[in-house]
Amino acid sequence: MASRSVAVIGAGQGGLDTAAALRAKGYDGRITLVGEEPALPYQRPPLSKGFLTGAIGHADLTLRTESFFEAQDIELVTGDRACHIDLFGSRIELASGGRLDYDRLVLATGSRPRPLPVPGADLNGVLTLRTLADAEALRALLDGPPRQVAIVGAGFVGLELASTARSLGHEVTVVEAQARVLARALTPQLSRWLADRHRQQGVRLLTNSEVAALYGSASGQVEVLQLRDGTRLPADLVVIGIGVLPRTELAADAGLLVGDGVIVDPRLRTTDRSVYAIGDCARFPDSGPGRHIRLESVQNASGQARCVAAAICGDDAPYTAVPWFWSEQCALRLQMAGLTADHDETVTVGDPDEGRFSVLCYREGTLVGVESVGRPADHGIARRLLATGAWPTADEARAPGFNLKSFALKPPSQRLPARA
Amino acid sequence: MAKITYQHPNGTITVVDVQAPNTVMRGAKLNNVDGIEAQCGGSAQCGTCHVYIDEASTVPLPPMDEVEDDVLYGTACPRRENSRLSCQLPVTDDLDGLLVHLPEAQS
Repeated sequence: MASRSVAVIGAGQGGLDTAAALRAKGYDGRITLVGEEPALPYQRPPLSKGFLTGAIGHADLTLRTESFFEAQDIELVTGDRACHIDLFGSRIELASGGRLDYDRLVLATGSRPRPLPVPGADLNGVLTLRTLADAEALRALLDGPPRQVAIVGAGFVGLELASTARSLGHEVTVVEAQARVLARALTPQLSRWLADRHRQQGVRLLTNSEVAALYGSASGQVEVLQLRDGTRLPADLVVIGIGVLPRTELAADAGLLVGDGVIVDPRLRTTDRSVYAIGDCARFPDSGPGRHIRLESVQNASGQARCVAAAICGDDAPYTAVPWFWSEQCALRLQMAGLTADHDETVTVGDPDEGRFSVLCYREGTLVGVESVGRPADHGIARRLLATGAWPTADEARAPGFNLKSFALKPPSQRLPARA
Repeated sequence: MAKITYQHPNGTITVVDVQAPNTVMRGAKLNNVDGIEAQCGGSAQCGTCHVYIDEASTVPLPPMDEVEDDVLYGTACPRRENSRLSCQLPVTDDLDGLLVHLPEAQS
């Protein structure tokens, strides 16, 4: 193998999966994984759900044990940060003063919460939720008498947290600047349906509402959230969940091309051929025409990690996986396959009243994504159909009695030919 | 504790000791057994920890619930009679000697 050492910056899902996949594929060079958090690599999805209720503890969060890294001969550097990349010298400088040479470098630096640019955002009791430390702080505040919790942003983190905080008996208000919840991720119909569910659980949901300022006590503890229209909401805990920003500073400083993410080619290579970028921090070409996208999901981080590990081991193929996402809120399983943002037609199958349905999203007659609630079979089937192109047309899906399970079980000869 | 055997499509096998309260999925992850992805971390969302239970197996397994049954419709490799999600198989002493076959692909 040409490459004798791989350095991975970022020990989240993408970074860890890169290191693990390299070894699993037989890579026998040196692997170093550098993470700035003190803990062993852990999974983030439970941080807004089961970890806050206590259903999931630290041991369940940890993705691999310490002995894994020893057994796999992966050098895990925790609590340290890469502060400079020297592309010409193929070397990383660490904040601790250490240096690390590499033949291949993988940037898995992730993202950070987008700050809320209003006065008072630095008061005590104003939190974000991204890291284990964030979740521990939040858990301590939610583990007690009922609080008045204000959540800014009705994205996945905000709504999952709203649901969790409500289940723990807190008063919850969600403030969203857009006209509907999860406007970027969900179709209007699922968005409306989900908002109703949250309201039924007692969450106060204010859309078209922007935060103007946060006010606190003399001791600096947040007490009031004020909206642009002058409405004042009492709040003793405010969580900001208005999206994330890709962490691209290292890449930009090194001279790599960045722009809302580290720009990579279809094989996830940056503008330096020895350097890859994956996961939240990477902006990659979508299979669609001339479009670069950045995705924030476990599946994307993990899939891109395996793609890059394969490339380093000599199996160079573009990244083409169908994106998918999941969320758990209001005791519902919400699953999304594909990217639905620019659909122009939808077909709903199943029964929204029962909480079991899927929304098939088409663009110019092509299935681009499927949202499912309480229909895990539909979700899995949708991922396969999107990957193979053998999906039902909107007319087929609208036929009475249509469901994806029986469609998928039909022998291919009884289906229409696969579409491009 | 149980001895679990993971057989790869090319015939190679990995035998590992897995402790409760881990699952057959986590047993593979902790030992870097290639061929189990488990992208959702074991919450029966993704179907990327699909395994085939050895057809001659007499090891008693917990029954499949509706969610697992549903998720198995979407696996990358075809579902068979002996398909299970390894994240839904908690390890107990009863599972000692379990042989699972890994599919060609998980995603």
